[in-house]
Amino acid sequence: MEEKRLLKGNEAIALAAIRYGADGYFGYPITPQSEILETLEAEMPWETTGMVVLQAESEVAAINMVYAGAACGKAVFTSSSSPGVSLKQEGISYIAAGELPALIVNVMRGGPGLGTIQPSQADYFQATKGGGHGDYHLIVLAPSSVQEMADFVYLGFDLAFKYRTPAMILADGIVGQMMEKVVLPPARARRTDEEIAAQCPWAVTGKNGRGHSNVMTTLELNSELMEKHNEHYQQTYRLIEENEVRYQEYYTEDAEYVIVAFGSVARICLKAIEEARQQGVKVGLIRPITLWPFPTKRIAQLGAQTKGMLCVELNAGQMIEDVRLAVNGTVPVYHFGRMGGIVPTPQEVLDAFNEKFNEAKM
Amino acid sequence: MTPEEIMKPENLVYAKPRLLNDNHMHYCPGCSHGVVHRLVAEIIEELGIEDSTIGVAPVGCSVFAYNYIDIDWIEAAHGRAPAVATAVKRLNPSRMVFTYQGDGDLAAIGTCETIHAANRGENIAIIFINNAIYGMTGGQMAPTTLEGMKTSTTPYGRRVDLNGYPLEMSKLLAQLDGTCLVTRQAVHTPAAVRKAKAAIKQAFINSMEGRGTSVVEIVSTCNSGWKMTPAQSNKWMEENMFAKYPLGEIKNTVKK
Repeated sequence: MEEKRLLKGNEAIALAAIRYGADGYFGYPITPQSEILETLEAEMPWETTGMVVLQAESEVAAINMVYAGAACGKAVFTSSSSPGVSLKQEGISYIAAGELPALIVNVMRGGPGLGTIQPSQADYFQATKGGGHGDYHLIVLAPSSVQEMADFVYLGFDLAFKYRTPAMILADGIVGQMMEKVVLPPARARRTDEEIAAQCPWAVTGKNGRGHSNVMTTLELNSELMEKHNEHYQQTYRLIEENEVRYQEYYTEDAEYVIVAFGSVARICLKAIEEARQQGVKVGLIRPITLWPFPTKRIAQLGAQTKGMLCVELNAGQMIEDVRLAVNGTVPVYHFGRMGGIVPTPQEVLDAFNEKFNEAKM
Repeated sequence: MTPEEIMKPENLVYAKPRLLNDNHMHYCPGCSHGVVHRLVAEIIEELGIEDSTIGVAPVGCSVFAYNYIDIDWIEAAHGRAPAVATAVKRLNPSRMVFTYQGDGDLAAIGTCETIHAANRGENIAIIFINNAIYGMTGGQMAPTTLEGMKTSTTPYGRRVDLNGYPLEMSKLLAQLDGTCLVTRQAVHTPAAVRKAKAAIKQAFINSMEGRGTSVVEIVSTCNSGWKMTPAQSNKWMEENMFAKYPLGEIKNTVKK
């Protein structure tokens, strides 16, 4: 049964995870996402679904608990915010190397360093280019509403298990903190140990009568074998790039200009675009939902049919690099961003647009 | 009795445990790891828990423990074995879960995870190999390196003013309410091996019974790192290591 609630984005993540049938959550408090751990502790899912919830001693311990749970074939996740997610990177690399399904939530705050607790999108590079050591990718989902915070828990877990790869929900502090109406997806039962053994024959469960041992390790000292492992990871990534690109478009059919924005910023841009259209300027919006795999092909097509693009981000210009690679010089691509926790108004976006594209000026 | 008769299977009094497979161990001759591996395999077999045991291997010399003992394993990042074991046990409460860690892993990079897992009283067994040196990386100073002891990063001997004091991890862990068994053993003589085996066995049973965290420290030799023969190493360990790390039970809250 679905359930309609008024929730913060962070609360939606927690409740959706319980309804998904997650087996475990391991986290450490950090603003602006502590409501995820708080909500889970208040809900006491160990009494209902049997889900384990543990406040770990650090982000480092938490991500290694996720690595362990995932190695057991369990649906486990962790959440943090930017500085904490930096701490998790070694563990995420292990999870990717172990080809383990897991969900990581980053509710981004302004950096670098300890930075600020206000919203930011400055971890785009970290999330989409790997983040930790070695050649790997995460599936990165960028929610722009509380509804998507809930939905992407399901999508993130499902994709993680489908491809045996970690997935990340890369939310900005706005989506984590704001309250909206949300329809919680139908509840699923947690998988039984028998179902896990059948669906994840690689899972470390104790030999459990299977006759041979399962070992989860990411160590391979034979370079030839290690290269083979890497080739296998890359095959998985190509498959994900082929099948899992997601994005949403607004007003692009007749657009002469296109704004590219993700997360909550896309909604601010949509307001600016509606304003511009009232003034007769044909602007459209593409909102990448998967930041990796990136909607490269679609952005290239849009580049071919428009006069220019504007990337609006809460950072110094990160996604713009992927947009420029996509259009490959066919159209000018500009950046407008605020940093350090500042969120632009629709008018600021419109002003930036008008400044970059003089000819479109009213 | 002829040698042929003695070698008959019915006359065997000692054999390699079935769970210790035939892979060639990479451990140096004289190293304590081989004996402790054997004990772990033997105890799992004796307790009949092969199908319900999950081991957590560390980073360090025993990183390949999973190549030798034929059970399910997870290889943890350096120092994180107690965090890994925490999640494994909480998500699989019916399993016997143990970590196997060296002094660098457990007492330097993993101190935080070790103390917090033990303080939460996680129902896991921790086997702690203390040879006072980083063996795998070539003999650098460990947190447990003795004062004055030469290593590749303390070539003139460990100096307290530069490097601090040898860390008595078991003594520290015994202070925590979450530990039910903390004991220090060795495997350099048959008598010591028997005691160490009993300690590890109790630790495994504690994990199964959910009694809290058990820590079995094995004061060990690293003849390669110490640059001694195996026999010299045992003697040096008795004279120097046991003085700082005396053998025996430090804490046992389980009624016998």
